[in-house]
Amino acid sequence: MSKHLSYDRYQRQLILKGFGVTAQDKLRNGRVLVIGAGGLGCPILQYLVAAGVGYIGIADHDRVSLSNLHRQILFDTNDIGQFKVDVAKKKLQALNPDVEIQIWNEQWQNHHCPTHFPQYDIVVDATDNFASRYMINDAAVLLGKPLVFGAVSQYEGQVAVFNSEKTDGKRSVNYRDLFPEPPKDGEVLNCSEAGVLGVLPGVIGSMQAMEVIKLLTGLGRPLVDKLWNYNGLTQEVFILNLNPRSNRPIDQPQTPEEFMNTRYEELCGVVSERIKEIDFDEWKQNHLTHLLVDIRESYEQPRLNKLAESMQLNFKEIPLSELEVKMENLQNQSIVFVCQAGRRSLQAASMLMEKKSASSVCSLKGGVNGLVALKLI
Amino acid sequence: MIELVFFGQLTDITQTQSLVWEDVADTDTLIQQLQEKFPKMSTIKFMVAINNKMISESEPIVSGSKIAFMPPFSGG
Repeated sequence: MSKHLSYDRYQRQLILKGFGVTAQDKLRNGRVLVIGAGGLGCPILQYLVAAGVGYIGIADHDRVSLSNLHRQILFDTNDIGQFKVDVAKKKLQALNPDVEIQIWNEQWQNHHCPTHFPQYDIVVDATDNFASRYMINDAAVLLGKPLVFGAVSQYEGQVAVFNSEKTDGKRSVNYRDLFPEPPKDGEVLNCSEAGVLGVLPGVIGSMQAMEVIKLLTGLGRPLVDKLWNYNGLTQEVFILNLNPRSNRPIDQPQTPEEFMNTRYEELCGVVSERIKEIDFDEWKQNHLTHLLVDIRESYEQPRLNKLAESMQLNFKEIPLSELEVKMENLQNQSIVFVCQAGRRSLQAASMLMEKKSASSVCSLKGGVNGLVALKLI
Repeated sequence: MIELVFFGQLTDITQTQSLVWEDVADTDTLIQQLQEKFPKMSTIKFMVAINNKMISESEPIVSGSKIAFMPPFSGG
């Protein structure tokens, strides 16, 4: 592309005081890895590509679905069923052909980090679960990469820059300083369980893109040692000043070997070998006579009463928050737990396994969202 | 008196974003009082900050302080 056209493309930022050709060149030489091409990833990618960041990596194993479209604005109705990274690359290249884009349509796992982090200047966490967030954070700390973190919860969001090199050569705080141990999955609801207003990840993702551009160009003061909190309902912003913790958490890997051997999904309670996850077909074939326990809170929709009635199921509703006290009623039974997305039901199953004897405990994979996708309710 | 502010899922438990609270010696005592009033607060993890500054162990609370309770967010 000719210099003249590139100048036109970036003209509005080139004329900014303190930006100019120097900052534009820094963006062009910048290499940014964005993990997650969902609600946060879409605006991050759009702004970084539009701004002319030279090399961008995108990782996401999901395909576009209809329920993504209210917030993942890089995708449209015709893209449903395609890998997000394929659609993202196509649209982003059309937006700015100057940018080189590398994609992975597989789940980001431990081994990806030491292989690919060294090729990038900045890693961006745009994932939607704690197992990935802790894995990416720990890898960024071990491999010395600045990490631009963003996360949402219903109407609120958080942004921070972790593990960035400071003027004294030390690294800024990381996610483990804030929350040393991962919450068990299900302890904190994710978007598919708690809901999210579409524009919120747009705000938070845009903030992350802003931080990436500041880090690459050296402009302004990035959110180093700070956690920026935003509430969309009140438009209130709350900035917390962060400090390093003196003790490293026990499960934070200290060496690359320890990192490779850390099973993040288990740390976050996602997978336990003792608990069986069953899909709908298996449930229908082998578990229909077992007690089905809906552990969602009473406000979560759609309810399962009608389905249970029409299928003549042995059915109970016990919100996860009350499971501990109502566990007595579940002794010596064969049980299938169900929740909205299949995560809290795993937690319920492990709670029951720990506290009481049950003849068999299963968790329905995909939860009520899965039943809705199969058009069963 | 002190001001308490809650974020994320903690507001589902407290049913409010902020509370005015009697003076209390330190953050551990405050958390204990909160968990008595809101038992579900003991079921989720959160970080505590005094006057916008994160703390990692119990610290004394001066009257008039603003104490923030911040849980981790996972959504994306």
